[in-house]
Amino acid sequence: MTVTAEQAHVGFGRRMRKEDARFLRGKGNYVDDFALPGMLHGAVLRSPYAHARLVSIDTSAAEAHPKVRAVITGALLETLKLAWIPSLSHDVVAVLATDKVRFHGQEVAFVVADDRYAARDALELIDVEYEPLPPVIDARRALDSEAPVIRDDIEGKADNHIFDWEAGDRDATDAVFARAEVVVAQDILYPRVHPAPLETCGAIADMDKVTGKLTIYCNTQAPHAHRTLYAIVAGLPEHKIRIVSPDIGGGFGNKVGIYPGYVLAVVGSILTGRPVKWVEDRAENLMSTSFARDYHMQTEIAATQAGKILALRVNVIADHGAFNNTAQPTKFPAGFFHIFTGSYDYPAAHCTVKGVYTNKAPGGVAYACSFRITEAAYAVERIVDCLAFELDMDPAELRMKNLLRAEQFPYKSPTGWEYDSGDYPRCLQKAMEIASYDELRREQAEKRERGELMGIGLSFFTEGVGAGPRKHMDILGLGMADGAELRVHPTGKAVVRISVQSQGQGHETTFAQIVSEITGIPSDDIDVVHGDTDNTPFGLGTYGSRSTPVSGAAVAVAAKRVVDKAKIIAATMMEVSLEDIEVEKGTFSVKGDPTVSKTIQEVALAAHGPMELPEGVEGHLDAACVYDPPNLTYPYGAYICVVDVDPTTGAVKVRRFIAVDDCGTRINPMIVEGQIHGGLADGIGMALMEVIAFDEDGNCLGGSFMDYQLPTAMECPSWELGETVTPSPHHPIGAKGVGESATVGSPAAVVNAVMDALKPYGVRHADMPLTPAQVWRTIQGRPLRTDLAITD
Amino acid sequence: MQVTVKVNGEEYTGEIEPRLLLVHFLRDELGLTGTHWGCDTSNCGVCVVQVDGTPVKSCTMLAAMASGHEVLTVEGLEQNGELDPIQQGFMTEHGLQCGFCTPGMMLTARWLLDANPNPSDAEIREAISGNLCRCTGYENIVRAIHWAADHPRVAEPEEVAAS
Amino acid sequence: MQVPAQFEYERASSVDDAIALLERHGEEARLIAGGHSLLPLMKLRLASPEVLVDINDLTDLQRIWVESDQLRIGAMVRHADLLASAVVGEHYRILHDAERVIADPVVRNRGTIGGSLCHADPAEDLSAALAAIRAEVVIKSSSGERVVPVRELCIGPFETVVGPAEIVTEVRLPIRPGTGSAYSKVERRAGDYAVAAAGAVVTLDGDMISEVGLGLAAVGAPRFVASRAEDAVRGRRADDEALGMAAQIAADECEPPTDQRGPSDYKRALAGELVKRALRTAIARCRGEEA
Repeated sequence: MTVTAEQAHVGFGRRMRKEDARFLRGKGNYVDDFALPGMLHGAVLRSPYAHARLVSIDTSAAEAHPKVRAVITGALLETLKLAWIPSLSHDVVAVLATDKVRFHGQEVAFVVADDRYAARDALELIDVEYEPLPPVIDARRALDSEAPVIRDDIEGKADNHIFDWEAGDRDATDAVFARAEVVVAQDILYPRVHPAPLETCGAIADMDKVTGKLTIYCNTQAPHAHRTLYAIVAGLPEHKIRIVSPDIGGGFGNKVGIYPGYVLAVVGSILTGRPVKWVEDRAENLMSTSFARDYHMQTEIAATQAGKILALRVNVIADHGAFNNTAQPTKFPAGFFHIFTGSYDYPAAHCTVKGVYTNKAPGGVAYACSFRITEAAYAVERIVDCLAFELDMDPAELRMKNLLRAEQFPYKSPTGWEYDSGDYPRCLQKAMEIASYDELRREQAEKRERGELMGIGLSFFTEGVGAGPRKHMDILGLGMADGAELRVHPTGKAVVRISVQSQGQGHETTFAQIVSEITGIPSDDIDVVHGDTDNTPFGLGTYGSRSTPVSGAAVAVAAKRVVDKAKIIAATMMEVSLEDIEVEKGTFSVKGDPTVSKTIQEVALAAHGPMELPEGVEGHLDAACVYDPPNLTYPYGAYICVVDVDPTTGAVKVRRFIAVDDCGTRINPMIVEGQIHGGLADGIGMALMEVIAFDEDGNCLGGSFMDYQLPTAMECPSWELGETVTPSPHHPIGAKGVGESATVGSPAAVVNAVMDALKPYGVRHADMPLTPAQVWRTIQGRPLRTDLAITD
Repeated sequence: MQVTVKVNGEEYTGEIEPRLLLVHFLRDELGLTGTHWGCDTSNCGVCVVQVDGTPVKSCTMLAAMASGHEVLTVEGLEQNGELDPIQQGFMTEHGLQCGFCTPGMMLTARWLLDANPNPSDAEIREAISGNLCRCTGYENIVRAIHWAADHPRVAEPEEVAAS
Repeated sequence: MQVPAQFEYERASSVDDAIALLERHGEEARLIAGGHSLLPLMKLRLASPEVLVDINDLTDLQRIWVESDQLRIGAMVRHADLLASAVVGEHYRILHDAERVIADPVVRNRGTIGGSLCHADPAEDLSAALAAIRAEVVIKSSSGERVVPVRELCIGPFETVVGPAEIVTEVRLPIRPGTGSAYSKVERRAGDYAVAAAGAVVTLDGDMISEVGLGLAAVGAPRFVASRAEDAVRGRRADDEALGMAAQIAADECEPPTDQRGPSDYKRALAGELVKRALRTAIARCRGEEA
């Protein structure tokens, strides 16, 4: 069914999605949906130990299985110089263990078989002998002198230290703290969690020996970056590598890096001469792919007795797992954590981040963290509430007193960020109105008289997204600028090719809307191509909410270039000078005579025709752009969460959640709201139930959806959304990006609400997840430590 | 062993290992890849199909157990080129983002509306509590199901994008 | 997704056929009903039976009926059917309370009452509820039938007295006039196993508790029962003091394991609290007060 001309939609606004047509019919193309001729299946054998010497591997029985085509061990990879590959953070990662295993679930061997069932059977036939070693599990003890050294593969390494990093002015900050009337200190843990998209990670590698072309179907969020990395690591010619990223069943930062399974699929394909598919199961996903967070933050805030914030100080121990494999810009090993100063006006701040190795899976940057901004926003919003607790001040009032004012923008923060635009008090005010905040406080007071626990929690966050300016931001030497290519066909339809890859954000719809808004071509007439490195421009991919700020900007600039060229051609067609042309959404008319005009479709046809064009103007109607963002963009929001807590069981019910977001220009409000809804559910998940903990032997306790609990529709309230719109002054269409905002801002709102409910007990803080057990224990005055196994 | 399963109204016979799970039978043997899989412990629900009219997690059923029974997958929701009201509701209300949970979610929703044509918010949320979603926060899924309940017949689809 | 090891598959056409198949294939054969306990274990390769005997065709085990002062439930009755059954709700609201919080609606379409009892997971809500009810199971073999109280069915975690060539066919629940029942559970999230759960079945004679059954799930209560707590309140007035006493003794009686759902001190306190809540609701229902 096609859309009639009267229904043709142009530009921004609520618009149903093009991609839905295939998803609703079950015709999506996710990586496990592909079946190539002759395709084999791979499976990974994983370590049951967190730390152990690899004594021997006997693969003979597996090799003898009638359906097994190849078995790969670390020894074989060593001959190919592929046992170790560079990580995203200038470390190395083991593809298959050679000397030791360093985390529970680490890859030890790979079988390639005729079908996935046989591959799984063959794993049982591999005999591995381990010599267990004491593991390092507690990140706070990783640098103890007697801690076992995990990375003895690094020459001269005698400890588990990775890096030290700091930002801000230490001396100035310490001076403010020394003088301050009020200092509140709180150790705050953001525990290890996992993005857990419903589709696991996977790839099909197909090495064509005749053409020398390696095609990899992979649900990666960064197809071009992968391609370049494979070229560098495997020594394969880059123009002979094609990465096809098809439909992705959720990314959330889980699908950014190159996992050992992908490399093994490539090696398997080279060895067997056939395509090899490897798709991990859920246990593998939770136990070995990129986790998120795991920041132990000693946080302090200095203020006046009247509630004016003066300074913030945070010292972080960052648990990176067994290899440093965080996807973040080279100059920022702790990502953008130094935006921890948050949304408030005060002159002094300082932070240190110390990265350590532990015997756990590698990762840390994932799950919509915006490069560690989730950690930063949580720390500041929790400590502000702790300050409110100590001052016995309403948390909304305390925030309102300290929020940056509109006149202060663009605002240079104490740690060097330049926030582009914002009206923070208006945003918080709006959230409080929607929530009927004063009524809620009255209700709470009444309930407290009766011993009923109700909590109201706030969170005001500032994000920095859209990485980023090339001169400051690169990942493994690849600058974070992205390209876009726009072609308008002779009949006036268009195709735009982009470097970012959608995992549900609706790029096929929204990017068409950007082109439509600027060119006036109906968005149904614009095709969006993404995901295949053979036919899209280079870029660093989708994560850190960068699609709209970077790629969206590239598309907008390319569209503007097309319109500029179309203007010239229209002027030539109508035989008037360029200054006499007015442009209004795809119509080029003569100033003062609106009856004389050309549509962009007519211009497109003429551009491909024999008409003589002015000097220096080439034919066709195409444009390209590589957009180097001048700055990040800074979306923000005010969130309010209302909970009811059962004091005897500790069970928490989220009654209401109000979210007012400002992401600048909203290309498609329906999609923006959907992004926010999803992130808010993440907050409930992390605040109340999600955690990957480890026991003292290093066993991962979050390796299934039975253990790693995700929120269902019953835990989520009906989200109440509001908006303010403060465009970004430096973005071509004023848009800021919104993909991670809600995940960044919501956990603090939920935790603050629960702590607010428990205020009658005199408790100020407990670490996530606030399960019934944790809430009960907190009421007893003995909160649990949540990164380790629960003990008596 | 041989199994015969009626899927979306058509009978299929296949020679399979007894251990073949229904989800793999549908995806790999019959090429109906609209049904997905997402976990190891029967929690996530992306594999939901209808067996004899009731939703079942197809990752926790053997193809052998489905032999002699009728299965409805997402590919069978559209009838004579017209989307089921559930599908239209999901499109109209933006009830899907990445689309991975959507087939299972829609089949559970279809079953709910067949049994309870006008469910409340709470009844909807309980009915889909065995179907996880990581993208939507469930809000628009609930709206989509209400939309389908309010539009039980396929009338003039207003703005359905071309396939 | 993980997948099971190889096995042979048989489909039973009747109860006797199922027994014969079990006898023929011996100890390495397992019955499969709903499959939502067994198949996940097989996929994780924690269980690897060589033969599966599918009993889903045994429709004569899917009935719910009243006979001889008993509510009788066929072993193949699905969780969803128990929840939807008016006669079950009429006599034992504890079962409706419990079913509402067992797994999720989709899983409930497949799992069976017989399968749940025989799987004997220490966190199984139906086991606790039926223990509180003092139900019985009918176990059939080639040598006939025997009736075993639910309280004697389970002899350890995941272990029952059902032999390798036996099949549970029926669950029988006594119908006592003047009885009210309820179930109370705390879970981390909808569909999770209990952190702790308690079921109470109370028969009142005027104001006096003439009979009481207290079942506990997930807290290491022997055979899912808080028997000392039952003994302590039987014969007492149904008042707050009795509730408190039952809660206290039940909490002492159980041995909750510390795990990621919570430390044992919390679970112990929770068990007591939930016994209190279940008892209070059961008593209220006894008295016809809607709760």
